[in-house]
Amino acid sequence: MKPARKQRLILISLMVIGIAIATGFALKSFNENLMYFFSTTDVVAGKSPKDSLFRLGGMVIKGSVERPGDGMMVRFKLTDFSKEVTVEYTGILPDLFREGQGIVAHGKLNAQGVFIAEEVLAKHDENYMPPEVKASLKTKSLSEKGQ
Amino acid sequence: MFLVPDIVVRFFHRMASPPHYYALTQRLMPWLVTVFVLLTLAGLYGGLYLAPADYQQGDSYRIIYIHVPAAWMSLFIYMVMAIAGAIGLIWRIKLAEIVSISSAPIGASFTFIALFTGSLWGKPMWGTWWVWDARLTSELILLFLYLGVIGLYGAIDDKKVASKAVAILALVGVVNIPIIHYSVEWWNTLHQGPTVTKMDKPSIHVSMLIPLLLMALSFKSYYLIALLQRTRIELLKRERNSQWVKTMILETGK
Repeated sequence: MKPARKQRLILISLMVIGIAIATGFALKSFNENLMYFFSTTDVVAGKSPKDSLFRLGGMVIKGSVERPGDGMMVRFKLTDFSKEVTVEYTGILPDLFREGQGIVAHGKLNAQGVFIAEEVLAKHDENYMPPEVKASLKTKSLSEKGQ
Repeated sequence: MFLVPDIVVRFFHRMASPPHYYALTQRLMPWLVTVFVLLTLAGLYGGLYLAPADYQQGDSYRIIYIHVPAAWMSLFIYMVMAIAGAIGLIWRIKLAEIVSISSAPIGASFTFIALFTGSLWGKPMWGTWWVWDARLTSELILLFLYLGVIGLYGAIDDKKVASKAVAILALVGVVNIPIIHYSVEWWNTLHQGPTVTKMDKPSIHVSMLIPLLLMALSFKSYYLIALLQRTRIELLKRERNSQWVKTMILETGK
């Protein structure tokens, strides 16, 4: 390679590496702000904001969804498989909301430690399969458990 | 160059010569269009008709046959643009500069399609058109990078200077590409994790995966067609005063 080209190649490589390192440090320092939601463990540990709105993410515990009263109010429990938080929400739930599904709720904690949600979003997982396959997976895992 | 076979070096030298490139791409075009049409028909038939509905999303998931290939292309084209820009900067190859700038509008279109279709899917599935999570935000920044490249190139009259400026901007933006890809793993995001592009086995049923891969190939071939057409036009514009263009016009322009 000719010296002039070699020099340009080195300069450009240095530039790209430098920017990558700078961005890496910047992202690391803003790490908390880039998290779209807090986990239920964060909330129980008191890491979430006290008086302002924030987002809470977790999985809806199977059998925890209940509708006290006749209105649109829904109460359910969220978990990250370690700590649980109770959520109350009044409104229309998205299509993918169901027990065992991940969701993200936007709202704040009340004095009793219950999360009052203003908005509930369903978090889709990365699995795609036909209904028959899902059904056979279910029976398979059930029969394995039964043994 | 050491270690590179002579025939490869000669191929690149000939490809970098404008008249040869212009003639070769003209002969390639009908084949590329045929491949593109066949792949698209097969992919759409497989994806919209043969593939079964999803166990959770029903038929709404079928938007992945446009959304996912478009998102892959938005990253792929950016890498082509940046690498071609670097080659143009280092080796001063005119054709590399042209490939770089011609990729920008195509990449911007794919980025827009990915954002737009994602938004259409997000409303019924997530319950919102848009959220500022790491994946969606970094993909939006990618769109702005593309638009910045197009704008910067248009703003500088001397196209030699413009190509260099654009190449540097594109190289600076490369840092965003791994951020987009890994955003769903590094941070909590509303957007789901990778289904196909991961070390593990893809978490999608094979009957749904095959049409997806066909659509990805179809989008790749579309990019190639659009890129070749754009580079040919850009080449004619830049070389309008050269002898080979004049000869060609005199021969065909009767």
